[in-house]
Amino acid sequence: MQENLHRFFRAARGAGVRVSPAESIDAMRAVASVGIFDREVLRDTFLLTLAKTQDEKRALSDCFDLFFAAPAPSQPANGNGEADRAAAAEASSEADASSPGGGGSSSEGLGPLAQMLLAQDRAAIQAAIATASNATSLSSIRFFTQRGLFSGRILDAMGIARLRDDLDVLTADNPALAERLAAALEALRENVRDAVSQALLLYGREEAESLRNDILRNAPLSRIEPRQVEEMRALILKIARRLRERYSKPRKRQRRGHLDVRRTLRRNAAWGGVPFLTAWKRRHRDRPKIVALCDVSGSVARVSDFFLLLIHSLHEVVSDVRSFAFSGHLIEVSEILQTKGADEAMAEIMSKVGFGSSDYGSSFADFERQAIDAVTPQTTVIVLGDGRSNNLDPGADIVRRISERCKRLVWLNPEGRMSWGWGDSEMLRYQTFCTVARQCATAQQLERAVSDIVAAYQ
Amino acid sequence: MASIEAVESGLASQGYIASRQIATAVYLSQQIAKPILVEGPAGVGKTELAKAVAAWRGLKMIRLQCYEGLDEAKALYEWKYAKQLLYTQILKDKLGEVLGGAATLHAALDQLHDFGDVFFSKEFVEPRPLLQALEQEAGCVLLIDEIDKSDAEFESLLLEILSDFQVTIPELGTVSAVVPPTVILTSNSERNLGDALKRRCLHLHIGFPEQKLEERIVESRVPAIAQVLRRQLVSFIHDVRTLDLKKQPSVSETIDWARVLVLLQAAELGHDVVKDTLNVLLKYESDVEATLPHVTTFVAKALRQNVFG
Repeated sequence: MQENLHRFFRAARGAGVRVSPAESIDAMRAVASVGIFDREVLRDTFLLTLAKTQDEKRALSDCFDLFFAAPAPSQPANGNGEADRAAAAEASSEADASSPGGGGSSSEGLGPLAQMLLAQDRAAIQAAIATASNATSLSSIRFFTQRGLFSGRILDAMGIARLRDDLDVLTADNPALAERLAAALEALRENVRDAVSQALLLYGREEAESLRNDILRNAPLSRIEPRQVEEMRALILKIARRLRERYSKPRKRQRRGHLDVRRTLRRNAAWGGVPFLTAWKRRHRDRPKIVALCDVSGSVARVSDFFLLLIHSLHEVVSDVRSFAFSGHLIEVSEILQTKGADEAMAEIMSKVGFGSSDYGSSFADFERQAIDAVTPQTTVIVLGDGRSNNLDPGADIVRRISERCKRLVWLNPEGRMSWGWGDSEMLRYQTFCTVARQCATAQQLERAVSDIVAAYQ
Repeated sequence: MASIEAVESGLASQGYIASRQIATAVYLSQQIAKPILVEGPAGVGKTELAKAVAAWRGLKMIRLQCYEGLDEAKALYEWKYAKQLLYTQILKDKLGEVLGGAATLHAALDQLHDFGDVFFSKEFVEPRPLLQALEQEAGCVLLIDEIDKSDAEFESLLLEILSDFQVTIPELGTVSAVVPPTVILTSNSERNLGDALKRRCLHLHIGFPEQKLEERIVESRVPAIAQVLRRQLVSFIHDVRTLDLKKQPSVSETIDWARVLVLLQAAELGHDVVKDTLNVLLKYESDVEATLPHVTTFVAKALRQNVFG
């Protein structure tokens, strides 16, 4: 019973529900008090004690169904003590029987597994699979490449060696029976494979997901395959959620130590000005104000896409964002991004300014003409681009003027430092005006860059 | 509290029709002594649940309404400054007498120490809801309403009370609950609550009820309504909830609407009646406008359902 609950908790963790040891203790106490006989009540109990958000409740509910979907009636997973003992007894008798020379109990001289298969006792077969899975610790399966290994181990534990011997003997003596047995064996293999797949789904998901995410996080954004775009979007949204949680703390912070004399006097007017209650000065933190200039030409476009998605998903932390996109000339895109979905917005932006060859000089000039007022001493200006201006005027003097007006000027470049200044790259000239210039080619670098920008306001 | 069924029928006797999950939560919170954190849209009966539990078990309900800027002094306890001040004034002569014998300042100070902390004793503590709840000898239901409206710092203040049913007052020491209160917290998910707080609670999400359940709720709250109308009304509201609205009508609106219809002596749901009373159900002008074009279809559907239902 306890073992089964532990396995369920592990499966729940795999499904993305964070189950802490303390919560698992609570869940056990709760299960002990409601009993395990009513499936719906048991499900509600887990939902109440383990899952702490709506998403988690949904995930846990699915996981519950999958975990307790195991078909056998005498399956140990329904936590019945009786069934456990019965299964254990069966296992021991099976072990006796399948040891060489121990098969004397069978009347036809066949091994117990062969008899079970021929009798088509499905409950017994499922129970045997469950026992064998426990014996081979199937719940430690992590990757899909381990499926074959575990299937083999389970079949071994069930005594397939003996079954093969039986099959050999029968092929000579009784070909018809042998054929039936062979067919049953095929079905058994399939059952075991299903059980292993189910276990992989339950216990392996966490590992596989974190591996995939790790790879995705470090893949260059500009060169990911189209089929990964959706996954990358999900990852970016996850990053946005993490940043939100980290930085959406209250903006008022009491600064103990500096007495606010005026407020203290007023608050204590009732006691004749004797200061019983003290009021301390508070410091307001600025909300991040961000102006983002994104190059949407050629290879930088994809990175800009994800960057804009990230910045605009952070609206709880940074409410004041103005985004501009440019290649040959520059337009403001804040409204497009706010009113439309990610796909649609990007398509519209690309149709308006995309696909040209980039001209940094005239784009910066456009920006200075249109929206230089948006840049105030509280603003962080972020430029995302490779700084390759096709040998046109780089507009470095405008960048200097912007950097003088703003709080920080951050340049994110998808190219590595090695290539800055080579060919038509004007990066080294821009760099002198930037507070920070850094590479930003993968999701991880993007997260760090945005995190640093927001942290500068805390 | 013998079983989940007992909880269900107990709450029903107070006019609160609970789904199985709600009853399980109340039962479990009693069995393993944990607070319940109730989340869900406004008006699905989160606060009502606490009231019903209190009424059913005959306990006092102590309510702490959270808001931005709520602090220790308003939630937990406060020193009665005025009383302290008054007492020192009144006892001035007495103090003079006591201290009169002292020759030096040091001697006077020593004598003063002998008084102990007279002015920081229980007499001068003004208990606020949280402390009151711990002091109830018969136990009570403590409702911490709309915890998401309070500041994040306030959550940390609650942690000690939620896990151990005790609070620490620096001058007095730790006060433990006489009888552990039943604690119910409600939240509209306006901001994400901290993990530490969630970990200490059973997490219950109350959504909009199913049609059958909602009919029973209306029946228990507005007994005067005819069965035919009740079914039509609930079916209509379920249709409205499928629309993309700013604020979906919740159970409290359903009940209000039922009362209005009874007051207007409507026997059946009709196009005109619905149009006239739609503002009871929907709280935004844009929502009313979005719903108006669908009224005819929804009413027809509700009437049809009644025939076959």
